[in-house]
Amino acid sequence: MCPNVRLRMMKFQSLLRQYWPTVALFAFLLASWQVAVSAGGIREYLLPSPLAVWNALWHGDTAWAQHLWVTTLEIVGAFFLAAGVGVALGVAIAWSPLIANALVPFLVFVNTLPKVAIAPLFLIWMGYGIFPNMLMGALIGFFPVVINTAVGLSQVEADMLDLGRVFNAPKWKIFVKIRIPNALPYILSALKITATAAVVGAIVGEFVASQRGLGYVIVTTQSSMNTSVAFAALIWISVVGLVLYGAVVLLARLWAPWAEGID
Amino acid sequence: MNKELIGLDRVGMTYEAASGPVEALAGISLSVGAGEFVSLVGPSGCGKSTLLRIVAGLRPATVGTVTVAGRAVREPIPDIGMVFQAPILLKWRSILQNVLLPAELAGKDATALQGRAQQLLDMAGLTGFGDKLPRELSGGMQQRAALCRALLLDPPLLLMDEPFGALDAMTRDDMALELLRIWGERDLAQSARKTVLFVTHSIGEAVFLSDRVVVMSPRPGRIAADLRIDLPRPRTVELRASEAFGRLSLDIFRALTGRVGAAGTA
Repeated sequence: MCPNVRLRMMKFQSLLRQYWPTVALFAFLLASWQVAVSAGGIREYLLPSPLAVWNALWHGDTAWAQHLWVTTLEIVGAFFLAAGVGVALGVAIAWSPLIANALVPFLVFVNTLPKVAIAPLFLIWMGYGIFPNMLMGALIGFFPVVINTAVGLSQVEADMLDLGRVFNAPKWKIFVKIRIPNALPYILSALKITATAAVVGAIVGEFVASQRGLGYVIVTTQSSMNTSVAFAALIWISVVGLVLYGAVVLLARLWAPWAEGID
Repeated sequence: MNKELIGLDRVGMTYEAASGPVEALAGISLSVGAGEFVSLVGPSGCGKSTLLRIVAGLRPATVGTVTVAGRAVREPIPDIGMVFQAPILLKWRSILQNVLLPAELAGKDATALQGRAQQLLDMAGLTGFGDKLPRELSGGMQQRAALCRALLLDPPLLLMDEPFGALDAMTRDDMALELLRIWGERDLAQSARKTVLFVTHSIGEAVFLSDRVVVMSPRPGRIAADLRIDLPRPRTVELRASEAFGRLSLDIFRALTGRVGAAGTA
């Protein structure tokens, strides 16, 4: 018991040593911001003070729970859609050269399109709602998953494949036992990018067409000049983004512990 | 010589490169008896690794015939164990699971072979490392695990492509002794041992391990010399210091450099 407690203390101390500069800088910035606004006479609608933002977060008349729910749904949905479609396309590309030849140029073309420019089309095709925004997030986030899946599946040593041939192993078995586990760290690494892209996509979607969601809240504050609410919405967005990103990092550690530090 | 296990008859291999056809091997005729330990030495790019893969059926010979155990080799043959320069263990599998991989790839019952895999690990000095991940082992230990993997299905033929090439000199010498022990130099009759075809850059390693050393010439690879190593078995560390060992090494060096009686001069 005693050494265990001491070990934890040491762990805590080393964490403290590593992160105190971050915390200190953050606190300093926050404090100077508050001082600049209250002492410098900056008007609230230009730059609200941290305290005003805090008030908007908890005491304002914005229905945060509802907006947070909608945007979270869009982001998480976008993430899983991008992950599912991305992995499926990556596997298809690695499986068959024919599919690769057909698909890759098309995917590269889709990827070069500025996705934001398609958002108004989504409005025409699908109207308002959660799904088009989800789709926008998925569209921005799926490409790295395709590429990393395909690369991870094909980055297997030639000698290892020879080993498979010697034992006359069928193609699916090589995929299941060698290629897919080999690709796992690559896929997880791409999913970190997808996690951030999903947030961008969902918010962009809401900017263009929405009646609910944190992006919608930001757009409405433009006309009401309620800048502290916009800041509060930003904080909620970054909380959702951070939680999703953290979940992917955790998953990577859990599922591919052998590949620590591959990205 | 015992009954022939590997027979190569005027084997040649030409492949297409961007600059045109390249002749990698030409006129290789070689017969290896069952239980023989034969090393292939030669300069880089002489096609000795290619020759190993032709024997395994992984690459086709463009001319000539290859037989293993009397059967013509036209596609990959299952009754071989392969060890490469890198251990190429699957990073996400435990050492034991890596050793069992050939069973899974060949569609055999892996759980039934767990006991044998454990025995092999014990024999290779890896007792207690079965549930470790590859990265937790040193390079030499990883290569021993790769040897266990090659031996799992008890193949009569072991093909080794510079298996100790990536190890430091001291580990390398240890591994050579270890290999001979596992091969059964001390406790098996020659006919009961596995046939080994061993590719190496090291003359000393080839002499120390082999019954025969086949010297290959630069591209296109041809057989420049085929020397019998009549040193007594079991081989010992002291043997490396003997006069016979030095003489054989010199013979191989001369065959390699194509110089007779002028070793050491440039």
